[in-house]
Amino acid sequence: MPVEIDIAYVARLARLDLSDEELDEYKHQLGMILEHAARVQTLDADPNPENAHPLALFNTFREDVVLPSLDRDEVLENAPETIDGYFVVPPAMEGE
Amino acid sequence: MRPGPGVAEAGRQLRAGETTSVRLLEGVLERAGSSEAQVHAFLTIDRDRALETAAQADADLADGIDRGPLHGIPIALKDNMCTRGMETTAASQILAGYRPPYDATVVSRLGEAGAVVVGKTNLDEFAMGSSTENSAYGPTYNPWDTTRVAGGSSGGSAAAVAIGSATAALGSDTGGSIRQPAALCGVVGMKPTYGTVSRYGLIAFASSLDQIGPLTRTVEDSALTLEAIWGHDPFDGTSYSGDYPDPKAGLSRGVTGLRVGVVKELSGEGYEPAVESATADMVAKLESAGVEVVEVSLPSFEIALSAYYLIAPAECSANLARFDGIRYGHRGQGATTEALMARSRAEGFGPEVTRRILLGTYALSAGYYDAFYGQAQRVRAAIQEDFGRAYQQVDVLVSPTSPTVAFEAGARTSDPLAMYLSDICTIPSNLAGHPAISLPVGLDGQGLPIGFQVMAPPLGEGVMYRVAAEVERLAGFDVAPGLEEVAS
Amino acid sequence: MSWEPVIGIEVHVELLTDSKMFCGCAVGFGAEPNTNVCPTCLGLPGALPVTNRAAIESIMAIGLALNCEVSERSVFHRKNYFYADLPKNYQISQFDNPVCVDGHLDVDVDGVIHRVGIERAHMEEDTGKSTHVGAGGRIHAAESTLLDFNRSGVPLVEIVSRPEIRSAAEARAYALELRSVIVELGVSDARLEEGSMRFDANVSIRPVGSTELGTKVEVKNMNSFRSLERAVEHEIARQIELVDSDGAVVQETRHWDEEAGVTHSMRTKEGSSDYRYFVEPDLVPMVLDRQWVQRIRETLPELPAQRRERYRGDGLGGSLAGVLSAADPALRDIYEAAVAEGADPKAAANWVTGEVIGWSRRHDVAASELQFDGAALAELVGMVGEGRISSSAAKEVLDGVLSGEGSPGQVAEARDLIQIGDRTSLGALVAEVLAASPRAVEGYRGGDEKVVGFLVGQVMKATQGKADPRLVDELLREQLSA
Repeated sequence: MPVEIDIAYVARLARLDLSDEELDEYKHQLGMILEHAARVQTLDADPNPENAHPLALFNTFREDVVLPSLDRDEVLENAPETIDGYFVVPPAMEGE
Repeated sequence: MRPGPGVAEAGRQLRAGETTSVRLLEGVLERAGSSEAQVHAFLTIDRDRALETAAQADADLADGIDRGPLHGIPIALKDNMCTRGMETTAASQILAGYRPPYDATVVSRLGEAGAVVVGKTNLDEFAMGSSTENSAYGPTYNPWDTTRVAGGSSGGSAAAVAIGSATAALGSDTGGSIRQPAALCGVVGMKPTYGTVSRYGLIAFASSLDQIGPLTRTVEDSALTLEAIWGHDPFDGTSYSGDYPDPKAGLSRGVTGLRVGVVKELSGEGYEPAVESATADMVAKLESAGVEVVEVSLPSFEIALSAYYLIAPAECSANLARFDGIRYGHRGQGATTEALMARSRAEGFGPEVTRRILLGTYALSAGYYDAFYGQAQRVRAAIQEDFGRAYQQVDVLVSPTSPTVAFEAGARTSDPLAMYLSDICTIPSNLAGHPAISLPVGLDGQGLPIGFQVMAPPLGEGVMYRVAAEVERLAGFDVAPGLEEVAS
Repeated sequence: MSWEPVIGIEVHVELLTDSKMFCGCAVGFGAEPNTNVCPTCLGLPGALPVTNRAAIESIMAIGLALNCEVSERSVFHRKNYFYADLPKNYQISQFDNPVCVDGHLDVDVDGVIHRVGIERAHMEEDTGKSTHVGAGGRIHAAESTLLDFNRSGVPLVEIVSRPEIRSAAEARAYALELRSVIVELGVSDARLEEGSMRFDANVSIRPVGSTELGTKVEVKNMNSFRSLERAVEHEIARQIELVDSDGAVVQETRHWDEEAGVTHSMRTKEGSSDYRYFVEPDLVPMVLDRQWVQRIRETLPELPAQRRERYRGDGLGGSLAGVLSAADPALRDIYEAAVAEGADPKAAANWVTGEVIGWSRRHDVAASELQFDGAALAELVGMVGEGRISSSAAKEVLDGVLSGEGSPGQVAEARDLIQIGDRTSLGALVAEVLAASPRAVEGYRGGDEKVVGFLVGQVMKATQGKADPRLVDELLREQLSA
């Protein structure tokens, strides 16, 4: 059984502005993929996923030392819009 | 068109004065010129920068400065590795024209090793795919038959190495993206133990699965290239800082006394007969060469694909959230920041990427986490346990790399699930974080390469390469794609 | 219906490490926009975080100072949401496995100590800063937003109290006490005006005696301790009025408007709180072994509560102990040194928290720059105690000492402020005056108390004001009664 999904909600959560047709198609595809993915629920064993790292690494830290930052011009070079060293975007509030 | 010398051979020629780095590069560029129109392995070739580096490599060698096995060797990089000042797109529209302000650690290390970067190779967008048909800039075709796919997501790197438009290449492997295209293109592709090659500067797909690795034409070349790029990196918090094995140590030792496990679950329905018989043949040859062959069962492998298609999309949905049109990349129109982000992303991402972001977002969302993502992590732990148990009986595990040889372009593009099945043999090693290598063992009746996979325990690159070297010797695979030269 | 307020406070503290939480960019205030950034704190493709060890040690110290359990194992999570000032559109934070859990802070409200539980303290990274430009720079009428990522990635500790605070005054006291602990640890300068300490309050009401929690409202944008108290006060009243008129409290976030003195509802988007937490795959788990915790514990300085206790032990009353404990460390050092030399603690404390602070403010001299030490304070206190100078003269002497004129003894001599305090010579003088004032003596014997003042005045005149008036009074009465 393909899984039923509130695709519009998921698309909004993921900030993807998709058309109704696209949403429909993805909903259908995702349903099928998730049906297959749901097989993870058939797992017989009961392992405890303590540490996913194969070498069981823990406590990798860096010391509190200042390192050179990027050159601002290089940083802003790829930016679509800047003013006086700032990145520029429209206001955050959603227009209603 | 012959592919030219490999890393070891080119190195020998350089030091013997039989060639120069510039000449090696020219050979590479010539082969690129003759093949690109048909194969499209590259997204960027930076001829001038490469020639400059090659000239410097020659000058250094002449001055007695020898930076090691990769000195002066032309290397191609999958275009999801950041190269400072050189366009890096991850084969996506969302990064069209993006020039990173920094080099990935592997790129810096290649630089220190004196390697010559030829250019950036094509991939499935953001490394998501098994055919390189998901590239926003057009597919990469298989040099053995250009009506077929090169595999993915490192299709460009695999094709370039097969043709010789790079002496070696780097790819990235999250679910098989180095090994599967290597198998389909008849080259050697290897995924290292997770944590041994820095991911700093690798555009992330699935953080707990991604690893950078080499694509080469010989096993020895693979070990040499791996050594130049692996090692602890303080800029990667998942990077291993303990002792690293010597990957070359076992290359000529032969395999007598080793125990090889054949994975029971990686065969049967969906596997092409030619692939299965090539695998069985190689296993028989190994046995004659002195290994003990054991059939092992790793039951969790049956649901590895399912776990992968929850974990990888979940991580990628978060990793790709940064592409919002604000600080870099494609920006769409929007009156509010929210609208702008949503437009930028919808316009910039292709369908497979969109699909996986949606899938991942769903799997992590409230109410579904435990049943999907949470459960997938438990499957992952079960896979690690199954591997652990198997490695108490055997030294390495073997299987086909891919259930099929290269399929026709377009054959699986409308069926995502069918496409995902390409990775069924490779995914378990990614989930466990173990090293694995694919090498060509023959051609099928259509003249298409068949890949054989050797898997080893964590930090088991030594025994992995040891067995791989023997497989290489036994296979005697000495063919190159018969690509007709086409004037560029 | 009688209602009681239930308040919880969430405090965010920016740490004073040299570098950011997950990268080597400098932590600093006021730099040119986007100059302290790198691939990691800018969220560039391919960037990775690596945890700053000093930040972890700071949060462990905070947790221990707040009586928390430090978890043996702790991991980071990704908190996923889209926002322009969040470069990766997820924040590396902690979800269900924070570094510190189950602590408490004792808060004094008008002499009553109440223990407020602390649920957790966790580690996370700060976001960039957005400036809204357009009509008045206010978010509701902005035309565009400017983004600066210098602050992005600065280490942030979030401290969450249990909903055990019971009044607006207590909320303020809690925040102040928490701040004093943080500052004492030296892990943050906790300046509200700079944003290195921020708080949000969760306010709800319930019927008196009920143990269930009512619907809570999150209140944000309180930029001072006073506005914290005012905002909480207002919100409590608003909720009570709402339910008393048959309305219901809506779970929401409200924004405190300092000028208007009210909270406004902030429109929350549906679905915006599904953070899809999952363990951060770019970072490995932290194992905080008990030896490490013990080492941190050993480096903890004396905390404000401990210091107040110690001062009370010196004999200071609760209020004076509190004031002294909160005073500049230089002043506390002077006090402690003086007490060590035998000065009366109460007197020393009063001098330090009164006249000395007053002088330093009037002359705009920092406490640490004052020409004053424990020996001088001890001497001054001693001189007053022995009656060698009057208390008003002592203020003058202090002024002289702080102005660099010398030790208290030297200044008193130089300014001729020494008063006569030895019983014998003064006793003789008193006897002389009494002999010269027979009518006054008779008046006293006849019950006239006021005469004593006159007689004291006579003695003071005879000594040119240099007698210790208390001693004079004492001697007079002694001799008069004889």
